Amino acid sequence: MSHTHTPSNTSIDALPATPVSRRRFLSLSGGVAAGTALSAPFVQAQPAKIKVGMMLPATGTFASLGTAITNGFRMAVAERGGKLGSREIEYFAVDDESNPAKAPENTNRLVQRDKVDVLVGTVHSGVALGMAKIAKETGTLLLIPNAGADDITGPMCSPNIFRTSFSNWQPVHPLGKVMAERGHKTAVWISWKYAAGDESGRSFKEGFEKTGGKVVKELGLPFPNVEFQPLLAEIAAIKPDAVACFFAGAGAAKFISDYAAAGLKDKIPLYGSGFLTDGVLQAVQPQAQGLMTTLHYADSLPSKRDQEFRLAYAKQFKMQPDVYAVQGYDTGLLLAQAMDSVKGDFGNKAALIKAMEGVKIDSPRGAWTMSKEHNPTQDIYLRKVEGEQNKFVSVAWKALADPGRGCRMA
Amino acid sequence: MDHLAPILIQVLNGLQYGLLLFLVASGLTLIFGIMGVINLAHGSFYMIGAYFAWSLASYFGNLLTAIVVGIVLSVLLGLALERLLIRHFYGRDHLYQVLLTYGLILIFEQLRSLIWGDEVQGVKVPELFNHSIALTDTLSYPVYRLVISAACVAIALGLHWLIRHTRLGMMIRAGAHNREMTEAMGINVRMLFAVVFSLGVALAALAGMLAAPVSSVYPNMGSQVLIICFVVVVIGGIGSVKGALVGALLIGLADTFGQVYLPQLAGMVVYLLMAAVLVFRPEGLFRKT
Amino acid sequence: MAQANTRTLTIVFMVALVGLALFPLTGSVFYQQLLTKVMILSIFAMSLDLLIGYTGLVSLGHAAFFGLAGYALALIQPKYDPMSIFITLPAALAICAVFALITGALVLRTRGIYFIMVTLAFAQMVYFVFHDTALGGGSDGLYLNNKPLVGWGEVKLLDLDNRTTLYYLVLVLMVVIYLLLRRVLDSRFGRALQGIRVNEHRMRAIGFPVMRYQLGVYVLAGVLAGLAGYLSAAQFGFVNPEIISWHQSGAVMMMVILGGMGTLSGSIIGAFVFVLLEEFFKDDTIFGVLARHWQLLMGIIIVGVACFLPRGLVGLAGGHRSTADAMPDKRDD
Repeated sequence: MSHTHTPSNTSIDALPATPVSRRRFLSLSGGVAAGTALSAPFVQAQPAKIKVGMMLPATGTFASLGTAITNGFRMAVAERGGKLGSREIEYFAVDDESNPAKAPENTNRLVQRDKVDVLVGTVHSGVALGMAKIAKETGTLLLIPNAGADDITGPMCSPNIFRTSFSNWQPVHPLGKVMAERGHKTAVWISWKYAAGDESGRSFKEGFEKTGGKVVKELGLPFPNVEFQPLLAEIAAIKPDAVACFFAGAGAAKFISDYAAAGLKDKIPLYGSGFLTDGVLQAVQPQAQGLMTTLHYADSLPSKRDQEFRLAYAKQFKMQPDVYAVQGYDTGLLLAQAMDSVKGDFGNKAALIKAMEGVKIDSPRGAWTMSKEHNPTQDIYLRKVEGEQNKFVSVAWKALADPGRGCRMA
Repeated sequence: MDHLAPILIQVLNGLQYGLLLFLVASGLTLIFGIMGVINLAHGSFYMIGAYFAWSLASYFGNLLTAIVVGIVLSVLLGLALERLLIRHFYGRDHLYQVLLTYGLILIFEQLRSLIWGDEVQGVKVPELFNHSIALTDTLSYPVYRLVISAACVAIALGLHWLIRHTRLGMMIRAGAHNREMTEAMGINVRMLFAVVFSLGVALAALAGMLAAPVSSVYPNMGSQVLIICFVVVVIGGIGSVKGALVGALLIGLADTFGQVYLPQLAGMVVYLLMAAVLVFRPEGLFRKT
Repeated sequence: MAQANTRTLTIVFMVALVGLALFPLTGSVFYQQLLTKVMILSIFAMSLDLLIGYTGLVSLGHAAFFGLAGYALALIQPKYDPMSIFITLPAALAICAVFALITGALVLRTRGIYFIMVTLAFAQMVYFVFHDTALGGGSDGLYLNNKPLVGWGEVKLLDLDNRTTLYYLVLVLMVVIYLLLRRVLDSRFGRALQGIRVNEHRMRAIGFPVMRYQLGVYVLAGVLAGLAGYLSAAQFGFVNPEIISWHQSGAVMMMVILGGMGTLSGSIIGAFVFVLLEEFFKDDTIFGVLARHWQLLMGIIIVGVACFLPRGLVGLAGGHRSTADAMPDKRDD
C-alpha cells in the first residue's frame, strides 16, 4: 500500500518557459526521462508506516516492567535511525490493566480498531494468553517480551507468535544442577499456586532429580498470599539441605525478608529463579546478600555488548536497565533484523516469519537464537547478590532450549 | 516434644496473623455495628497506613515517629471523609454505601499511584527489634512479630476498656442500639459517629503501619486483607469487637493450619469455615457490643 | 407528565434498537464487538436488577454465576471439536441453577450487611476453585477452540464464527429476556417480590412463603447471569478466573444503579453508559496522561452517582417509576 509521490524536480513548472528547438526539446526530454529514471525510487518512496501496537501494563504492580520494556524496544529502534527495514514506525499503546478478563477486548482495540501490523505484549501470562488467542484468530504477528507461560510455546504455539523473553520452564531448570553441584541432595520447593509457580516447580524438580537430587516436599500457598510463616515453620521442621523457590515482586521481597528473620538463611541455603532477586533489592538489600539465583540475565555480565547497552540505557533513561529492558530491547532487535531481511516488505508474512525463525540476536544478555517453537534458546547464568546487584558468577547452562512440549508446529 | 514443637509454632503463627487481622477487622466491625455503614474501602485505609509508614519513616528516619504522625494523619483523613461523604449515607440503603465505598477504593488506588508511585517499597524494622529468638535448632522467630502481636493485644484491651468502662464507650453502645433515643437524651450522635469512623480508619491504618516492615508496601495490598476481614466480621458478628477477636483468631489458625495440612484447599478454607458458622449461627458468633 | 416522559423514553428505546440492529452495516469490527460485549453485559445487569431492584437483595457475588457458566462451557466442550449449544447451554445453566440453589439456601438465611458480605465470600470461593486448582487451567485460564455449534450433528442453523451472526443472536436474546422479565415482574410473582422488598415481615405475616420466593428469584437471577457468562465465553473464546473477581461484581452493580435500579431498562442503559464512559476516560487524546488513571475518573463518577443520582439515569429522565422510590419501610439490621 504505497503512496505515489511526485517529486518537484520533474514537475512541469520546473521547465524553462522559453521556446524550444527540436534538439533542445529532445535533450530536455532526455533529461526529464533520465531524471525520472534516477528518481524512480523516490516515486515509490514513503511507504506506509509500520503500525506497532504495544499492549503493556501502565498502572499497578507491573507498571515499571511495562515502562522498562517500552524503553528497551524504543532504544533498539532508535539505534537503527528510528526505522525498521527503512520503514517508519507508528506506535499505538493500550494499557492491559494486568487483567486477563479484558485481554481479548483490549487486544482488539489494537488489532481491529487501530489495525496494527505488529502486536507487542505483555508481562502477565494470563493476559498474554488472551492476546495469543486473538493473534491466532486474526493472524496478526505477536511478539511477547515477557510473559513466560509454557503453553505459549507449547500447545498454544503458532507460526505468528514469537517470544523474546523466556518460558517459565527455562530460568529455573539449571538451578537443580547448580544445587546438586554444591552438594545439596534434598530440597524443598516453595512457590505460589498459580501457573508460573507450578511450571517453575515442575521444571526445577525435573532438573534437580536428573542430577540425583530429591525434592522432598513441594510447598505452595494461594496467590497472592504473602503470609509465609506457616510454611517457613514447615521448612524448618523438614530440615532439607536447601530450599528452591519462585517468587516475584512484592512477594519475593517479603519472602527474602521473612526467610532471614526466621533464622533460616544461614542454616538452610535459599536458592531461586532469578525473579526472586530482580527489582526488589532496594527493599531487602541486607537480607538478600549472598543469595544465588539463575536467570537469563545478570547485572555484571563480562560482555562488552552488555556494558555498552547498560551505559546507553542509563544515559537515555536515567536508570539502570533490568532483564525486562533487555527483553524489550531484544524484541526491537528481532523485528528490526527480520524487517531488514525482507527489505521492509512487511506484506510477505511467510518470509518475515522465516526470517524471525532463523534469527540470531546479538543481545546484551548474550547471543541467542529462536527455537522451533519460537522461544529463545539462550544461556542461563548463575548470579549472586552483592550489594544491590545480581552479580554474574558463571554460565549455569549454555544454550538452553525450552522443550516446547505439546507444540504441534513443524 | 519433637512432634509438639511444630504444632505449637504453627499455633503461634496463626495467633500472630489473627491478631493483625483483628486490628483491621475491629475498625470494620465498629463502623458496621455502630454506624450501620458498610465500608468496602477499609482495605484502602490499611494500604494508606502502610504508605504513610514508608514515606514518613523515610522522612523522619525512624518508624515510631512515623507511626505517631501517621495515626494523626489517619484520624484527620477519617474526620474529613466522614464530614464530606459518609455522613450523607447514614440510614440509606446499604446498596448506596457499597457503591460509594467501591468508588472510593478506585479513587484511593489511583491517588496512591499518583502520589507514591507503583514500585514495591520496604520499611526497615526498628533496630531495637531487629533480631530473632531461636525456637528450635533451625527456626527462629522475629522479635518484631512478637512486638506487633503485643501491640495488637494492647489495642484490643484498650478497645475493651474504652467501650466497657468509659463514658464515650457508653455513648457508643447507646448510639448503636437506639440512635433516636440517644439523640433525645442530648448526646451528639453526629460527633459520636465522626469519632467512631475516625477510630475505625485509624485502626486499619495503624495495622498497615505496624505490618509494613514485614509485609512490604505495594499497590493493591488492601484488597486481600479486605475480603478476609469481611469474613472475620461475618463469623464474629457485626458490631462485636469480641466477635472480631474470636473470628480473627479462628481465621488465623484455620488459614495457617490449612496451608500446611490441606494445601489444595488453602485458599478456600476461610470461606468454608464461614459457611460452616453460617449454617449454625447466621448472625455470627456474638451479638453486638 | 410522567406518561409523556414514559412515552418519550419508549420512542427513544425503539430508535436505539433500530440503531443497534443497523449498526453492523457500518462495518466497524471493533465497535461491533464492543457492542456485542455491552449487550451481553446488559443481560448480566438485568439479572442483577432482579435481585437488587426488585427483591431488595444486594448481591455482591453475582460474577460467580457469570464465571461458572463460562467455565462450564469451556470444560464441557471437547478440546478440538465444537459441541451443540443444545447440550452445552442447558448444562451450563443447570450448573448455575444448582449452585444458586445450594448457596441461596445458605445465603438467604442472612440479611442486610451479612447478606452482602456472604454473597461476596461465596463468589471468592468459586474464584479460588478456578484459580488454585488444576480444574480450569488455573490462573492462566482456558481457551475455547471452537464456538458452540448452533445446531446438531451435521445440521448448522447459525454460524457463530461469523461475528455479525453472534451480534444479532445476542441482540435478539437481550430483547427477548427483557420482554420476558417484564412479563414475569408484572405478574403476581413480581408483585410479591416487591412486597417482600418493601416489608418482609408483613409479607410473611400474610402467609407468603417468603423464603421460597426469594430462593426462586435468586436461582432465576443466577441462571440469567450464567447465560450472559456463556455468551461472553463464546464471544471471546477465553475464560480466566478474573471474570469471577469481585471487581466484576462491583462493576455490574454500578451498571444497574447508574441506569436506574428496579426499571430493567435502566440496566441496559447502565451497561451501555458504563462501558462507553470507560472508553471515553481511557482516550488519551482527550485526557492525556490522566487517561492511564481512568479508574480515578470512574471512581468519582461512581461516588457521584451514589451521592446525587440514586434513581439512576432513568430516574433522571423521569421515566418508569423506579422501585428506588419505594424504599423499604425499615432496615433490617
